[in-house]
Amino acid sequence: MIPLSWYLIFAACLFCIGLFGVLARKNAVTILMGIELMLNAVNINLLAFWRYLWAPKADGQVFVAIVIVAAAAEAAVGLALIISAYRRRQTVNANEMDMLKG
Amino acid sequence: MTGLQVVFLLIGAVTLASAVMVVAAKRVMHAALWLILALVGVAAAYATLEASFFAVMQVAVYVGAIAILIIFAAMLTRRSMEDDPARLNKGWPAALLAAGGLLAGLVYLFSRWTGFSSPARALPEGGENIAALGLALTAPEGFLVPFEVASLLLVAAMIGAIYVAGDLRK
Repeated sequence: MIPLSWYLIFAACLFCIGLFGVLARKNAVTILMGIELMLNAVNINLLAFWRYLWAPKADGQVFVAIVIVAAAAEAAVGLALIISAYRRRQTVNANEMDMLKG
Repeated sequence: MTGLQVVFLLIGAVTLASAVMVVAAKRVMHAALWLILALVGVAAAYATLEASFFAVMQVAVYVGAIAILIIFAAMLTRRSMEDDPARLNKGWPAALLAAGGLLAGLVYLFSRWTGFSSPARALPEGGENIAALGLALTAPEGFLVPFEVASLLLVAAMIGAIYVAGDLRK
């Protein structure tokens, strides 16, 4: 059997890689990819805790289902925003999206 | 070390390597393809947790839908970044420090936690109980309200995405 710690460390590594992508990349599409990696790391943690501490009750899985719904909504709205900004400014560079800057 | 552990280590290595490539790839298109491999690796990790329903959901929702969405966005916005050789912004060492510091902190917390070695709980005959999950999502004493709120969120996101991305001036 795989120890619970392996899943937690795997998810922590995935989360930190995604966090670095979000903080460091210039391209807005790549920033969204980093967010997807972070959400996946959260889901691995939730499912691992469900499997090791909560199964066979279904409560833990409900969280995962709702996180997947939220991730789908986030991806759709985020990419729509990027395409809209690209149409106006011809750029997807997050540094140049400064229309709201005072 | 059992066979399952070797499989998990392989899955973890492939997933983390492709996640690093998502962050490091020069072209957005390559990053999107590496992202698909990372998402498949996460689905395989779900399978090792015996969460077969979510392994299938991961392939259907992430690899199927979200990856396609991201590839479309990458193709629609491709021209703008090609003349810019630097793919990381100036503050990337600080970002590396923040991510590495968070990882170190998490590992430190894990090392102090005693619940680590708890064995996996027994699953009923035939694996996870999908019927229980369905009932929990639709029973008023279960998670009916969060489920309905999530559906509402999806509808709002769909309408919002159409409104924001569509060219309404035409």
